[in-house]
Amino acid sequence: MPERLHPKSLEDTTMHYCPGCSHGIAHRVIAEVIDELGIEGKTIGVASVGCSCNNYLYFTFDMQQAAHCRAPAVATGIKRVYPDNVVFTYQGDGDLAAIGTAETIHTCNRGENITMFFINNGIYGMTGGQMAPTTLEGMKSSTTPYGRDISLMGNPIKMTELIAHLPGTYYVSRQAVHTPTAVRKCKKSVRKAFEFQKLNRGVSFVEIVSNCNSGWKMTPVKANNWMVENMFPFYPLGDIKVPEDE
Amino acid sequence: MSKKVLIKGNEAIGEAVIRAGCRHYFGYPITPQNELTNYMSKFMPEAGGTFIQAESELAAINMVYGAAGAGARAMTSSSSPGISLKQEGISYIAGAEIPAVVVNVMRCGPGLGGIMPAQGDYFQAVKGGGHGDYRNIVLAPNNGQELYELTVKAFDLSDKYRMLVMVMADGALGQMMENVEFKDEETPCKVDKEWATTGTSMERKKNYITSVYINPDELEVVNIRLQAKYRVVEKEEVLYEEINCDGADIVICAYGLAARITRNVMKLAAEEGIKVGLLRPITLWPFPKDAVSALADKTDVIMSVELSAGQMVEDVRLAVNGRKPVYFYGRTGGILPTQREILDEIKKVLGKEAE
Repeated sequence: MPERLHPKSLEDTTMHYCPGCSHGIAHRVIAEVIDELGIEGKTIGVASVGCSCNNYLYFTFDMQQAAHCRAPAVATGIKRVYPDNVVFTYQGDGDLAAIGTAETIHTCNRGENITMFFINNGIYGMTGGQMAPTTLEGMKSSTTPYGRDISLMGNPIKMTELIAHLPGTYYVSRQAVHTPTAVRKCKKSVRKAFEFQKLNRGVSFVEIVSNCNSGWKMTPVKANNWMVENMFPFYPLGDIKVPEDE
Repeated sequence: MSKKVLIKGNEAIGEAVIRAGCRHYFGYPITPQNELTNYMSKFMPEAGGTFIQAESELAAINMVYGAAGAGARAMTSSSSPGISLKQEGISYIAGAEIPAVVVNVMRCGPGLGGIMPAQGDYFQAVKGGGHGDYRNIVLAPNNGQELYELTVKAFDLSDKYRMLVMVMADGALGQMMENVEFKDEETPCKVDKEWATTGTSMERKKNYITSVYINPDELEVVNIRLQAKYRVVEKEEVLYEEINCDGADIVICAYGLAARITRNVMKLAAEEGIKVGLLRPITLWPFPKDAVSALADKTDVIMSVELSAGQMVEDVRLAVNGRKPVYFYGRTGGILPTQREILDEIKKVLGKEAE
């Protein structure tokens, strides 16, 4: 048997996520980077509301669970107490781009020295597949049974591009974790995000475009293919804002 | 240094915050508590602390959640409509058992209401306000000195019980200038916060702050533990002031500014041969049930006087439990009852009882 390489920062336990969901991979990417940077002992994470609301059960470092959308405010409070610790939020699209819009914008605008992870799967997974602010035009959900009609429901919001305009953000990137290559690229980006936090130059922000095969009512493979064909054209992967000296 | 200064109520609270060793203040402007936020913005940096003017009351209370969850003494302040916005965070803080302090310099409502003093937030503070079964310790100062002392005490109580402590002042107390004596040394937290998220430093198991319990059995255990803690607080932390209640013709139950006005009514009434007693709850929760209940053996008539349409009177009636008549007098809309109005009401009530 080959040695099982389990990240130290990830509990050796079964996660509750649906088979095929991106959350578990995103958790692992974050845990591996924390291991590699040797920052487990000084990391404090903030979980939010949604499928990942109790992801503190899966990480081995200190965490706080925040109310729906308030993770950036909670992280602000923590970081102001421990400016030398590594503080991050882990939020979904409803959390970060709908109810938490004010907290997201203003935390980025204050340039808090934290890292924000934004899991965008275009749907409210936890509550049963309702429309998210990031739901694509025409996309069906349990509250858009006829597809998202932008004349009635507005456009999907590109939160990541929006906050990239703010001087308080230092590094902004959009990644995915649906293939080994994507995972490797995402990991690089997550690593940069944590490394930049040490520079105290503002928010480092990584969006991870994800599937929700249950919410989308597709098999995991079909969901990933659908994501590539439909989500990526609207939410293109890659760095959106990189520091000038990079 | 211990010193006596003439200072606005809101600023006396600010000085108490600093002297209590709180170094993390998160606020949002709202009248009539603005002097407190202003004071913090000036003196927190001087004390080496954090002042953030948040984007909203919601953000401010959640910054408190984060900072206090990380083990720091942290607080926010607001006035009635802003306190309504903070209720989500207050419920989460109760659920996650985070020690925190919230100051409410009350104005009149409902809705946007007005900016004049009121006590209409009693139900919200004492009976819940946010969702779920929880309690806050609620302190009701009635002068500048108490604004200072009870704010310091609020931090001690919150650390002791891992509970949110609310200081309930009203607009008039916040705005009034009075002599206040600041003490030399207040007590920065002496409690070991081994539960806080400070980073493990690889020296201990992880800590996490949460109020999520998907499993009903687990959540009920949490609720039972919270209730057990609340029973201890009810037993240990009741504070009230009782003046001239034995053999009084009538005892007024009043807190905060209403109690302050009642003190003068007592003198006025004495000139007319009416003996008025005062029972002033200092902790609104835990409510001084036993002391109020005992009034039934000390007087024949009880009246609650409030700057509201009648809120605390419900707790007075529960405690008295029908053994003596309990009346109510209050003004709303930001209007303060005059001493004469209260005395007239006392005479009316006593006349009715004499019939």
